Amino acid sequence: MTRASTPRTTPAPHPRGRRRPRGSGRVPAALLLPALLGLAFLVLPLLGLLVRAPWSALPELLTGTEVWQALRLSLLSATLATGVALVLGVPLAWLLARTEFPGRRLVRALVTLPLVLPPVVGGVALLLVLGRNGILGRWLDDWTGITLPFTTTGVVIAEAFVAMPFLVISVEGALRAADPRYEEAAATLGASRLTAFRRVTLPLVAPGIGAGAVLAWARALGEFGATITFAGNFPGRTQTMPLAVYLAMESDPEAAIALSLILLTVSIAVLAGLRDRWMSTP
Amino acid sequence: MRSVRRLLAASAVLALAAGLTACSSSGSGSASNSSAPARPEVKGTVTVFAAASLKESFTELGKRFEAAYPGTTVTFNFGGSSALAQSIVSGAPVDVFAAASPATMKTVTDAKLTGGDPTVFVRNTLEIAVAKGNPKKITGLKDLSGVKTALCAKEVPCGAAAVTALNAAGVQLTPVTYEQDVKGALTKVELGEVDASLVYRTDVKADSAKIEGVNFPEAAKAVNDYPIAALAKAPNSNGAAAFLGYVGSADARRVLTEAGFQTP
Repeated sequence: MTRASTPRTTPAPHPRGRRRPRGSGRVPAALLLPALLGLAFLVLPLLGLLVRAPWSALPELLTGTEVWQALRLSLLSATLATGVALVLGVPLAWLLARTEFPGRRLVRALVTLPLVLPPVVGGVALLLVLGRNGILGRWLDDWTGITLPFTTTGVVIAEAFVAMPFLVISVEGALRAADPRYEEAAATLGASRLTAFRRVTLPLVAPGIGAGAVLAWARALGEFGATITFAGNFPGRTQTMPLAVYLAMESDPEAAIALSLILLTVSIAVLAGLRDRWMSTP
Repeated sequence: MRSVRRLLAASAVLALAAGLTACSSSGSGSASNSSAPARPEVKGTVTVFAAASLKESFTELGKRFEAAYPGTTVTFNFGGSSALAQSIVSGAPVDVFAAASPATMKTVTDAKLTGGDPTVFVRNTLEIAVAKGNPKKITGLKDLSGVKTALCAKEVPCGAAAVTALNAAGVQLTPVTYEQDVKGALTKVELGEVDASLVYRTDVKADSAKIEGVNFPEAAKAVNDYPIAALAKAPNSNGAAAFLGYVGSADARRVLTEAGFQTP
């Protein structure tokens, strides 16, 4: 099967498995040096955390119920937020990549806005729309008595708001890199647009969707500003791990470092596990 | 009160000593009164780290200080007291530190970084912040159990004070959120997401367009002391001493009490 030689914009691995370019000689120093510097820049701060971690106090910290509550809530809400992002984000990415409509560029810019919005501002914006006195939240409160702030649902909403752009950008890039002729071929064979999307497009861009979902999940897991502003901070209900870490920093920096390590360990384990499950070819 | 006077005296002595060692003092009269120490010695940038709740009043004090000591600039870093204390301990070049609680100042004194003992220069008390017009008719702490309330987290000074006040009143209260700082607790009332929150009097005063405060008697049991100190390694020690002296002056006390602080 020949592939269109468009540049890939997603970090998805080659679907043919691991193909090493042959005949690559030595790595040029002009690339190796900045690459190693970049690696050190990203990894050294984490090593600093490991060095400063209060290993002796770890067991005691790990027995606290609040830690597990926060960790469970973090994993649950990040996963749900990723689900929301997938359900809403993949169709949105398809719309941006495969259809022409006036103002598409503007829509794309708007979609990426939560990426650059300061998180706290994002939280306030959510409150102004979905809060008890918000534009939509007021109706919701009047008609159903449901208020979103200070609930676990609020946490998921805040995280999805911040994380969804990552997914949309990844999937849109994958769609642009995928050859549209397959979809056209499916259409000539009588498939409806929806069937072509389901049976042809989705499998083609699955690695891109996987990569985007992982990015979105990681972003949701670390989300702090929008969450505390929109959902507040209440142990067991809206206190995710980053919130617990922030407050621990106020009183006991060592505990905060330990909590961060737990979060790091769990997220690395999950991401590594997912990579093998999802992102390799069967 | 005595501590402030001692501060003033100390800064006057420092400034005088500096004046004596300077070779070209332009005939400064030796009759320096205690409120205006010999001036030519105080110059350059004075770096002040101060608790977020001091933002409005200290910005004003900074302007007045610069007017009183030409040739000086005061640069402020406002933030959560614990975060500021952490960065001072990590070696930030700071002249003066004003914290919102003795506990956060202790982080710095424990690291032996203060020049001299910190002194308490103002006190802050709690009020119940409610929306303008007090729609829920809240009169005291006991009314809070029936409405949506935001408290500060117990890890930050305003949260610790809230716990003390609630215990003094014997009120059991489950808020909907424990906010990371006092401004967060205030924003939630401003946007109408909660009916009430426990914040400082000074915050209510600074936000009087949208918020009003309800006084309650138990606030007297949960008074927050604000200590201030010059740093031992202050890059501008003369400036630090002069600023400390100025914060203790009658002029500065007026600004601080207008903002809603009590002076000891």
